Amino acid sequence: MPVKVSMTVNGKPVAAEVEERTLLVTFIRENLRLTGTHVGCDTAQCGACTIHMNGNAVKACNMLAMQAEGADILTIEGVAAADGTLHPMQEAFREHHALQCGFCTPGMVMSAIDLVKRHPKPTEAVVRAELDGNFCRCTGYHNIVKAILDAAPKVAAMR
Amino acid sequence: MYAFNYQKAKSVADAAAALAKNPDAKALAGGQSLIAAMKLRLAAPAAVVDLGGVAELRGIKSDGKNLVVGAMTRHSEVVFSDDVRKAIPALAHLAGEIGDRMVRNMGTLGGSIAHNDPAADYPAAVLGLGATVETNKRKIAADDFFKGLYETALEPGELITSVSFPVPKRAGYVKFKQPASRFALVGVFVADTGSGVRVAVTGAGPCVFRVPEMEKALASKFAPESVANIRIPDKGLNSDIHASAEYRAHLVTVMAKRAVQAALG
Repeated sequence: MPVKVSMTVNGKPVAAEVEERTLLVTFIRENLRLTGTHVGCDTAQCGACTIHMNGNAVKACNMLAMQAEGADILTIEGVAAADGTLHPMQEAFREHHALQCGFCTPGMVMSAIDLVKRHPKPTEAVVRAELDGNFCRCTGYHNIVKAILDAAPKVAAMR
Repeated sequence: MYAFNYQKAKSVADAAAALAKNPDAKALAGGQSLIAAMKLRLAAPAAVVDLGGVAELRGIKSDGKNLVVGAMTRHSEVVFSDDVRKAIPALAHLAGEIGDRMVRNMGTLGGSIAHNDPAADYPAAVLGLGATVETNKRKIAADDFFKGLYETALEPGELITSVSFPVPKRAGYVKFKQPASRFALVGVFVADTGSGVRVAVTGAGPCVFRVPEMEKALASKFAPESVANIRIPDKGLNSDIHASAEYRAHLVTVMAKRAVQAALG
């Protein structure tokens, strides 16, 4: 039996009728057509589906859309400024070439923004440890870590 | 995932009534184990009762003697709680070792111990600290709560509301992570409490268990060397591609030593 789900995604109210078993990532990708949020492992390990719910990074493939009822959701599409200026974390990923194939990148950026919120002045060891929920199968971690360390003070200065 | 009926509970009473009415219904806490199991069709409840909106199940309270953590409190809230860090730093440390940051932002204390995964971290803290599990019906001592592989003392329609942890003199938790899943290959929680020393082991056996021999040795001298020569039998321990029972038995001693060291600071 379809149920009605509604939430705010990237500042816009959205609503749809979905099956109860619809995952949040499916709702985001297929109902809202926001395909920046990726599905990698589909088992809550790789982190490609990372989004923010009420300000906290979560894995959208491991929760029901209904669990996000009424929540404030931020996806990779909502991270840059309205005029297209990249978020400092996106800019740092670009600057440091912190991607190879790019598949993990949206999840990496969403996780990294949450990481520097929790740890405003992270060390390299903290960044590496806190990235354990995001896999880069190109193994391009070196530049990802560099980008996050570079962006951390800039993200902190935003608030 | 098979289809199911979804219901959002408004209160503990509301959730308990829905679960009591339908024996094939499951309570949904953070869903970090349940949703994954449903996707793999290892679990196929006819109905899911979502506890996400029940405010009375969330929060952390401390009165100096006991730390009470609501069942729906997320792991990350425990990690960053000043009350927890002050009263039982080992518990904040343990919560920070669960899964990854995104999983910790969703997963809950109640969900973890109700599921009772043999390699989960929280059961070690609940048993190691001699906590009391409070439900909508009664209070259950940790020693009576964990019954076996994925099995607890919870009855149908019974919901965990909070866990009360007595504040120990000192405590430590160290785990050897299974390198792929980050679950505990073996994790040991050691607590020096007002009423003796408790040692709880997760990951090694089908269910969290205590090691009385280590507890006795630590009660006479709380130091790593007290447990260094205590070996536990490997009979009945878990054995899989990641580690044999013998290896896990050996790790129990090593992790226990390190946990005592961690407790000493």
